Amino acid sequence: MSQTPVEQAPMQTANGVKGNFRWLVRHPIWAFVVIVFIFFSLMTDNFFSFGNFENILVQTSTLGLIALGMTIVMINGNIDLSVGAMVALAASLTVDIMGWPIFQSWGNWQLLPAVLAGLGSGVLLGALNGLIVWKTGVDAFIVTLGAMLGVRGLVFVYTGEQSFFAMNFAYADFGASRLLGLPTLAWIFLAFTVVMHVILSRTVHGSNTYAVGDNREAAVNAGIWVGPHMMINFMIVGFFAALAGITLSTQMGASTPNLGRDYELWVITATVLGGTKLTGGAGNIIGTFGGVLAIGILRNGMNLMQVPAFYVLVTLGVILIAVLFLDKQLNRKGEEELRL
Amino acid sequence: MSEAKPVLQLEGIVKTFPGVRALDGVSFDVRPGEVHALMGENGAGKSTLMKVLAGMYRPNEGHVYIEGTPVVMANPIEAKEEGVILIHQELSLAEQMTVAENVFLGELPRSRWGFVDWKVLDNRVGTILKKLNCDFGPRTRVGDLSIAKKQMVEIARALTHHAKVVVFDEPTASLTDAEKVVLFDVINDLKADGVGIVYISHRMEEIFTISDRISVLRDGSYRGTLMTAETDEDEVTQLMIGRSLDYSRSVEHGEIGDVTLEVEGLSCGKLYRDIGFAVKAGEVVGFYGLVGAGRTEIAETLFGLREPSAGTIRLGGKKVTIDSPAEAIENGISLVPESRKEQGLVLGMNCRDNITLPQVGDMTAGPFVSNGAEIAIYDMYRDRLDIKAPSWRSLVGNLSGGNQQKIVIGKWLAMKPRVLIVDEPTRGIDVGSKAEIHNLIRELARSGYAVIVISSEMPEILRVSDRVIAMYQGRIMREFTADEVNEDNLVQAISGIGNGKAA
Repeated sequence: MSQTPVEQAPMQTANGVKGNFRWLVRHPIWAFVVIVFIFFSLMTDNFFSFGNFENILVQTSTLGLIALGMTIVMINGNIDLSVGAMVALAASLTVDIMGWPIFQSWGNWQLLPAVLAGLGSGVLLGALNGLIVWKTGVDAFIVTLGAMLGVRGLVFVYTGEQSFFAMNFAYADFGASRLLGLPTLAWIFLAFTVVMHVILSRTVHGSNTYAVGDNREAAVNAGIWVGPHMMINFMIVGFFAALAGITLSTQMGASTPNLGRDYELWVITATVLGGTKLTGGAGNIIGTFGGVLAIGILRNGMNLMQVPAFYVLVTLGVILIAVLFLDKQLNRKGEEELRL
Repeated sequence: MSEAKPVLQLEGIVKTFPGVRALDGVSFDVRPGEVHALMGENGAGKSTLMKVLAGMYRPNEGHVYIEGTPVVMANPIEAKEEGVILIHQELSLAEQMTVAENVFLGELPRSRWGFVDWKVLDNRVGTILKKLNCDFGPRTRVGDLSIAKKQMVEIARALTHHAKVVVFDEPTASLTDAEKVVLFDVINDLKADGVGIVYISHRMEEIFTISDRISVLRDGSYRGTLMTAETDEDEVTQLMIGRSLDYSRSVEHGEIGDVTLEVEGLSCGKLYRDIGFAVKAGEVVGFYGLVGAGRTEIAETLFGLREPSAGTIRLGGKKVTIDSPAEAIENGISLVPESRKEQGLVLGMNCRDNITLPQVGDMTAGPFVSNGAEIAIYDMYRDRLDIKAPSWRSLVGNLSGGNQQKIVIGKWLAMKPRVLIVDEPTRGIDVGSKAEIHNLIRELARSGYAVIVISSEMPEILRVSDRVIAMYQGRIMREFTADEVNEDNLVQAISGIGNGKAA
């Protein structure tokens, strides 16, 4: 039976309460998810229904998809601030290209080159981010900050500040479609969550991701190709940002140049809530999934309670700091700890 | 000796960095089944040579032969495939990952589709750990291990391959004596298998215990190879630094004054228990013990970095509580920490700023930092400690280890302490500067400071201390005077088999 290195599934440690408790200490965000879940179930009539859960899943799927990629980049010790801009670029490209005259006779097949171009733009930009980080040694924060500004600018140039509408209605239909009792978009999110969890916890690439973020020099010494390795991870997050842009635009049947603004901050919040460290080397998909759900439930629940949107932001800010403080307390070494 | 052809041969290796010729035509060879020690002062080019061997640097000129065939190793993986394995001096481990993953880092066994084959991994690492007598399993998280055990993980990497050459770069830096024995057993096993071993160390006694031949580097060039059996420490030292060293113990005692620091019943959780000792002005008290015996933790407590769970500290007869380093400094306690580069210095700052760092708040002229006062302090300690730096503007990071250590010591002397605690004063410092630091410590005691020296090197402790306190697992086992202490009773005391009184 194979177990994961840093992550042990709950079933395997569930020898009684102690194992569960330890699991919770490692993923305090899930305790929080349960608490807010119960809280909103009691406080509002509309929260506890299957339809609303579906809503939450679809609403968070955009953030969630990007967070999956962000997790792997952050475990690597990097960060990608350009994901929001990539969302807008991929969405604009996809919606625009499907309306190009050359594909007019393709019927629904005109979606194919459009989606491929959208995804390709994300992967390509990710590769470019990774390449610059690799070859110049400039901090990923700065490189992707530049990309965030530059790409957003490009989107405005490309679209001429216009919103695009999807000419092929199958595109918007897809966003509203269902599969086996769940919205298709929810399935996409769940499926990729599983895929990324497996990649991160079971594959050599996943192990190397932790090693590079944990001790980069050790990784170099051990012969891991750190540069290309990081580039692949930037391509992964680029792919997910583009995918999120496409799913988001299918929901609206349109794209706007402002799409995905501030997403990088939400995604990083969700990832950090899930226990991924900004310094790299620690984190996992189970935590990130919890972080994404926590944000989704809070937004949805407070919306149902008719709390004004700005208070939602205040609450989330407080919760972010509180959860990280709790995490630090739970993982303290006790009274023998060095005072610094 | 007409032995089999060398398993590894270097010929005229030259490696230049912008402005520096780090290796200048180095040639030497390692025969199968021999331990070839490589010695030289810091900066002599040992590390660069090892990085060439491990495929991390490519030499500008020269050839590397393995079993007679010329090879080019472009990266660490290729070097491993050629059978050259480097055990790094500085722990090169990923703390959050398991022992097994660390041992096979970079080449985890795969099953289909890039999945890690945990079963194979656990089995192979389990076998290796058993061979090394390690009491932890492959699934232990490396971050939870002590430094010595981490070192064993590093060593375990040598056994993953069918190695032809294994390079040990200061492997015993943090090993306990018991673990050293295991390491030497491992080395002997490797020898018996016909593996060539390159062994780098600053510790003469180890070199003479384990090695067959000794090669010496100085300033990037090869100085010669000696047969261990036919040479002695003095000859090796001469090759290394170009002169002889005075190893005599400076027994000259200063005037011993009143008790400056007195500690009673000091405990801190599980780290150490019931510690009691006294240090008088003008004497050096040495703390000796294995890594993890609690010596550094006591120093950290005295310096206000840890909170004791019981016990009293008296300074000059007055009971004090020390809650922070600021209070410790106020009370006249200074700590020269174990790790100079991480804890002692701001490497990117210049010499002057490092020396005045703790007191810069007091040295003001109006709203500004008084430049003149700072330089005056630097000049004073440069002369007193004989710090060799081009000017006060030089960055501390560019100085040699010995001079860096003097800057740290100068920094704390400038605070006018009564008690000076020095933790591992010569770690990573070459033999030439070591003697200088030792003399400096003696001199400081003579001028009236109460000095505590913590060290894992027995010759060092024996050379500088007036009294030696031996620790074992957080307890003081025995206190020796300079006259009664010798290597045998000291080793017994720190291994917990001391028959002496438990102080």
